[in-house]
Amino acid sequence: MLADNLKEMPVPAAIEAWDPDAILHSSFEHGETTLWISPDKILPLCAHLKASLQFNRLSGLTAIDLYPQEPRFEVVYLLHSIPANQRLKLKVALPGDNPALPSVTSVWAGADWYEREAFDLFGVTFTGHPDLRRIMLPDYWEGHPLRRDFPTHGHKYSYKDE
Amino acid sequence: MSDPGLTAQLEPVETAPGSTRKMVLNMGPQHPSTHGVLRILLELDGEIITKAQPDIGFLHTGIEKQAEALGWQQVVTLTDRMDYLANLSNNLAYVLPVERLLGLEIPAKAQWLRVLLCELSRINSHAVWLGTHALDLGAMTVFFYCFREREDILRLFEMFSGQRLMTSYIRIGGVALEPPRGWHAAISKFASGLSDKIDEYEDLLTKNPIFLQRTQGVGHLSLERLLDLGVTGPMIRAAGLAWDIRKSEPYSSYEKFDFDIPTCTESDVFSRFRVRVDEMRQSLRIVNQALEGMPEGPWKADAPKVVLPDREKMKTQMEALIYHFKIVTEGFRVPAGDAYVPVESPRGEIGFFVASDGTSKPLRVFMRTPSFGNLQSLTPLFEGRLIADSIASLGSMDFVLGDVDR
Repeated sequence: MLADNLKEMPVPAAIEAWDPDAILHSSFEHGETTLWISPDKILPLCAHLKASLQFNRLSGLTAIDLYPQEPRFEVVYLLHSIPANQRLKLKVALPGDNPALPSVTSVWAGADWYEREAFDLFGVTFTGHPDLRRIMLPDYWEGHPLRRDFPTHGHKYSYKDE
Repeated sequence: MSDPGLTAQLEPVETAPGSTRKMVLNMGPQHPSTHGVLRILLELDGEIITKAQPDIGFLHTGIEKQAEALGWQQVVTLTDRMDYLANLSNNLAYVLPVERLLGLEIPAKAQWLRVLLCELSRINSHAVWLGTHALDLGAMTVFFYCFREREDILRLFEMFSGQRLMTSYIRIGGVALEPPRGWHAAISKFASGLSDKIDEYEDLLTKNPIFLQRTQGVGHLSLERLLDLGVTGPMIRAAGLAWDIRKSEPYSSYEKFDFDIPTCTESDVFSRFRVRVDEMRQSLRIVNQALEGMPEGPWKADAPKVVLPDREKMKTQMEALIYHFKIVTEGFRVPAGDAYVPVESPRGEIGFFVASDGTSKPLRVFMRTPSFGNLQSLTPLFEGRLIADSIASLGSMDFVLGDVDR
């Protein structure tokens, strides 16, 4: 469903016309367009945005942990179209148990490391990713540090013995 | 970051007919030409790299996690420590989305000061890049000259903020301190001599046959591939696309400045060198315009709940004292919501995706750093090419590992 101040804008209107169920809700604040997308539509939507609406860049991809709220995670896609000089923010809400999304590496190869980072630091799984390993932390690390229930100080690792 | 067991994944396989053996070479994490702690696993067939796997995370310090434990204004100090060659661009990239959420009006003088200092840090960053890149390729003289320029710029930064590297000069609501006495003359003196020096450095390299042979036609990637991989900044402009965020999405009154976007079409190591040197000249143009047209007026926003009051006011007005107490003890609250403002740093697009839940600490600060995106082009730049060219390709990416790992 589109917010009233977005109905006139070409890109959200085109997405609404492409698939009326894709956009769950939307907002336009501080000059930034945000669309909440249903999880099963994100991969076809990204492919459509790149192929037909000139969004040739994935600027970044990250997650937000809203703990203890449910749905707990929000995965954020920061898209950019250089030809149209336009930016778009897509958000997908995910539950706290086994958060998983299809990978968009097949659309933008640059999504590779961003998805690995979100997997490493938030524990969000991206199915279909070619090489989903930890990227920042060592392989033996337990837990996902950017989750809100992971302490900033005093976690179980001690560096005194090293 | 991976444990040493990763080497097992690169077990040499015999594929090409005629070749007898492949070798796995571990480059880094302590390698002089990786400019930081980057580890690359290379699989070699003779002198050809058949597989390259970068391994990052050695400098991961959890800056994004720490940001969630600090107040909004305190996060500025963390941003200095990501890309330590262009900390003022980082400060600006963090401050802009927070100001957007707060709805602050930044006075013209503060905006122009921000532009001036960001361009100085661009010259600084490109000078360090130029010196170290030339050093990697065997031209040592340029390195000493470039570091002399860097020293001059760091002295200017120290004059403004009291710090050479971790300046934290750009703050939410304006800048940290009033510009010091004599700043105009000091920058004018530096800027007046710089143009000739840039010409000199360019001559030192463009008339150096070894440098030309090692850079021309080396490290080519097509524009489509670069965009697909998420590469930004001078590498894109060296591939022929005149895309600069300062022009396409102007911030901090960049629309008032007159400058060009240097581009090349070859998309090799040499064209990236040309673009960066030309960018130093354009930055100098912006610095000169900022010196000429610097507006008068306040250097911080009129927002008593966000910006610390003047000392004088605190001695005479009770409200100022109350605001000071509130800001120092609790910080300030930022309305709930999220914002992302891209900024053109010397390396490319830097932007902070900032989310607030209405409290005095950020809910999430995601740092979209240019080095992280640019480093993804390492594998295609390396694979199928000569190992001797890899150093030139690596240097032409101009990444800072602190910016990659955060």
